Amino acid sequence: MSLADGRTRDLRLAGLHKQYPNGFAAVQSLDLEIPQGSFFALLGPSGCGKTTTLRMVAGLEVPTAGTIHIGDQDITHEKPYKRPVNTVFQNYALFPHLTIAENVEFGPRRRGEKDVSAQAKEILELTELTEQASKKPAQLSGGQQQRVALARALINRPEVLLLDEPLGALDLKLRRAMQIELKRIQEEVGLTFVHVTHDQEEAMTMADTVAVMNLGVIEQMGTPYELYTNPRTTFVANFLGRSNLIKGTVLGREGSGADAVVKVDMHGTVVTISAARVHTESSEGWVGIRPEKVLIQPEGTPIDAPGDHFSGAVVTGSSYIGVSTEYELLMPWGQEITCFEQNTGRRGGLVPVGTRVDVSWRPEFAFLLDSSQDAEAGIQET
Amino acid sequence: MAALQRALGRNSAYLLVGPAALWLGIFFVIPMISLLTTSLSDPAGSPIYGYSMTWRFENYVDVVADYWPYLVRSFVYAGIATVLCLILGYTLAYAIAFKAGRFKTLMLVLVVAPFFTSFLVRTLSWKLILADNGWLVETLKTLHLMPEDGRLLATPIAVVAGLTYNFLPFMILPLYASLEKIDPKLNEAAADLYANPFKRFWNVVWPLSLPGVVGGTLLTFIPASGDYINASLLGNPNTQMVGNRIQSLFTTGSDYPHAAALSVILMVLIVVMVMVYVRRAGTEDLL
Repeated sequence: MSLADGRTRDLRLAGLHKQYPNGFAAVQSLDLEIPQGSFFALLGPSGCGKTTTLRMVAGLEVPTAGTIHIGDQDITHEKPYKRPVNTVFQNYALFPHLTIAENVEFGPRRRGEKDVSAQAKEILELTELTEQASKKPAQLSGGQQQRVALARALINRPEVLLLDEPLGALDLKLRRAMQIELKRIQEEVGLTFVHVTHDQEEAMTMADTVAVMNLGVIEQMGTPYELYTNPRTTFVANFLGRSNLIKGTVLGREGSGADAVVKVDMHGTVVTISAARVHTESSEGWVGIRPEKVLIQPEGTPIDAPGDHFSGAVVTGSSYIGVSTEYELLMPWGQEITCFEQNTGRRGGLVPVGTRVDVSWRPEFAFLLDSSQDAEAGIQET
Repeated sequence: MAALQRALGRNSAYLLVGPAALWLGIFFVIPMISLLTTSLSDPAGSPIYGYSMTWRFENYVDVVADYWPYLVRSFVYAGIATVLCLILGYTLAYAIAFKAGRFKTLMLVLVVAPFFTSFLVRTLSWKLILADNGWLVETLKTLHLMPEDGRLLATPIAVVAGLTYNFLPFMILPLYASLEKIDPKLNEAAADLYANPFKRFWNVVWPLSLPGVVGGTLLTFIPASGDYINASLLGNPNTQMVGNRIQSLFTTGSDYPHAAALSVILMVLIVVMVMVYVRRAGTEDLL
């Protein structure tokens, strides 16, 4: 990652710890390395410590222990107004008494820069705000205010741009549009973006790397694809999308190297899971499978997929979502699992509730998690 | 509210404005007309037999010629007291709004607490505090912070101090109201955007508190300019303000026309100053 001349300006958090005076440890010995120019997302439920982490990077909160570096520069105790870091605040925090142009020019003017107006003109164009330049923030729509907050931070060309739930106040449609917009701007300016969000879809569509945070620690970090397809903890499996977690007993390991597999007895059926997808050392575990990987077929008709088969399941519920249908299946061992089926039209209708079905999935999609973890962790109430 | 509107029908606006309009009509407009006619009456009359209204504008010329130093002194004292109130009040209001935490309510109650005692009694107790043989003067003399023959009572300092003390709550409350409304996130945003504490205050907090500053200075300056209690209790004959002159013209002098003319002049001058001030502060929308 680091160049020989040492000019990289990666953001490094080492052993970062934050304990509030009331004893609550918001962030616990956090280690993170965010490469220069990347779009990084800190994802987690509210209260997981993601915003506290961001505020420590911004200098608005002082860490109890640990260090924050940008490249070789230690900024742990640097004053916020001296850091090469800018923030897009959750509710934008635009200055209500200043015009849009004055809001945008605030940073450069405080630094005593020259030709501030020209810079502001350029950044207002990039964020499509030229026509709003002389208005006050209260006269703008939510989406426009969001862009002002972005422009006000971007104009400073910070080494790291922090975004604290920047799209949280927007409605769904606008949020989707702004996600694409933000990604475009990030690619255009090439700055390091650290994006804090509780919206897993937002994190996955925008970020190169996502760190999932829970209770002050990072549960797992990786590309959205890695996190989704191979979660390491039940929290990640449930927080990022949904998962069916089924109790299984580890029978043993076979093969070696990339071909190594672990055999698991799952209520009488032996399933094989690639060793790279096994995240437990114990003799029991949660076999995880994503609902869209679960295939069903009414009993008696052949199921056209190779894989792990179970018979004797019953459809206990279905909800039709248009593009797909969500089925609730009662498995022979008494557990309910979920199946998402694309409505390709192949079936020519829905599977009626009460139908006995065969269930199957490809073994390469399954993963095995530690049985000591809570199977309900990270499930979001909606 | 909607139910009330229905009940009152389409004339609801008039009915709602009515009582206050009636009240102001009786107790403001009528006395005002009376004041203006009296100010233009012949001073040859008397309070008992009445004055004849003769459009005697000389009354105004007379009072300006006779009492202009009192007008100047009033505005100077009120101005100094207002500035002192602003400095003391701003720091206190800022502390209550941003630093007081759970003591916020208590502190606000303490600011208002003096109102539970009469204005007159409080000013009289200042007389005791500042007295020549009082503990304050004694202490200052012992510490050699004051010459042996120095005094506090019956000096301009005492008058300005009294004014500052009496009108301070009128400065603090509007300032607090405006400071308290400022989102602390704005301060953080400014810190994030390279503003040190001084620049944060000057570029964010101060401009956002201007409505409170204008409101507070008006509520302090206007009554302080017309005040006569502080000057008469804490001052000497050479620290008299225009209020004292008006009062003595009305009472001991029984010269209603001149007293009325001086009152009108004071009022007009205050209105003109306030308008210029508010326009310059860029807060016309407050008026």
